[in-house]
Amino acid sequence: MRGDAEAHELIAPGNLSAVLKLMADAPGEWTPIAGGTELMVAHAAGRLNARRLVSLWGISDLRFINATTESIAIGAGVTFRDLREHGVVASDLPLLARAASWIGSIANQSRATVGGNLVNGSPAADSSPALLAYDAEIEVVSVHGRRRIAYSEFHTGYKRNIMTTDELLYAIHLPRRFARHQQYLRKVGTRRAMAIAKVALAGTALLEGKKISEIRLAAASLAPFPTRLYRTEAVMLGEAVTAETIHAARKALLAESQPIDDIRSTAEYRRGVAANLLEEFLQSLRQEGRTQ
Amino acid sequence: MSECWPTIRITVNGQRHLVQAPPMKRLLDVLREDLHLTGTKEGCGEGECGSCSVRMNGELVNSCLVPALQAEGATIETVEGLAQKGELHPLQQAFLKCGGAQCGICTPGMLMAAKHLLAHNPHPDIAEIREGLAGNLCRCTGFMRIFESVIAAAAQSCVAEEQRGADAR
Repeated sequence: MRGDAEAHELIAPGNLSAVLKLMADAPGEWTPIAGGTELMVAHAAGRLNARRLVSLWGISDLRFINATTESIAIGAGVTFRDLREHGVVASDLPLLARAASWIGSIANQSRATVGGNLVNGSPAADSSPALLAYDAEIEVVSVHGRRRIAYSEFHTGYKRNIMTTDELLYAIHLPRRFARHQQYLRKVGTRRAMAIAKVALAGTALLEGKKISEIRLAAASLAPFPTRLYRTEAVMLGEAVTAETIHAARKALLAESQPIDDIRSTAEYRRGVAANLLEEFLQSLRQEGRTQ
Repeated sequence: MSECWPTIRITVNGQRHLVQAPPMKRLLDVLREDLHLTGTKEGCGEGECGSCSVRMNGELVNSCLVPALQAEGATIETVEGLAQKGELHPLQQAFLKCGGAQCGICTPGMLMAAKHLLAHNPHPDIAEIREGLAGNLCRCTGFMRIFESVIAAAAQSCVAEEQRGADAR
């Protein structure tokens, strides 16, 4: 059934403090809407349950990218177009820039925000694997103040997260310390544009000599929410990349992932492809190890 | 109810309008129903097909995904604004010449996405054209002719630039 525009209220207070006050005065009553690339789809299909919406679009307090020598802060209202066109993001966070370039289409990238991508919490979220591989932190805000947590602890279940009903995602913080890391990101979908990932894998790893001294692996569509692959990382940490360790890592990933069958793919395909992506990353590390 | 609706100010193709509409009404419906600009088409209604592409403040957007209230104060360009003084835009001429339009439903969106692409990148290569139009689906599958039309339009602007250069000399 087609959605009814008159059945929903939408207001645009225009600044962050007014939005936070509204959310504090009536917790759970207001649903934030930024670029609308998720909620307007639900609205069109008559599936939008939120009756009262508060617009975040155009709030400049949320649309910033600030870089210091140590870290990069990305406001929740930054669009994927902003991300893919930002020089520091391209140089220091190339996986994130690449993820931003393949989200939806140009028209979606000009409206979809990184905050919306994370709060929506799809298991297939395009920005998530890169953010996890870069050890991102999330900053949330309410009238009571701000708090920061590791992004790896943000999602708590399918489309659930740690935020309370009066909180808003404010920014994502990324350390600028991955320049020496080998980096990997690949998304497998039905086509390059507009496709939701069947599976995606991101990785960052540091080699010292032939051994892996640091590794982060993260996946989309292998669990009810985007997730780090800690057990697979543990298999590789401190090890040289050999046929044996690659085999052991594949096995750990297959054991650790818990994908589902849905309209886009099957659990079996997702598991198999994810293991192949992991192997592709590890083989590239092996090549790197040989040349060091 | 309608007296409770906000008045939304938008400038479409250079013309200012005041529209009283439910704030969650889609920009697409405001254009088609309130302003009678039916050149912008609805395909999927969920941001997948690009038929409803328009430019809003210089950005390409799917107008089916923009709530009217978020268009407050915006400058909108639709397909109706392409032709100037009775003369078709070079992109429209190229689409005609190269057979870039078949059934026509994707054409307004294709034209706006192509206009957006050329505004940022006047001489795109084929990969850039494919990416620029990747969010626009042609149900007749006439993609090659659409890409050729964009190449032709870009080349024409190239000729025009050279002509201007020659005239200046």
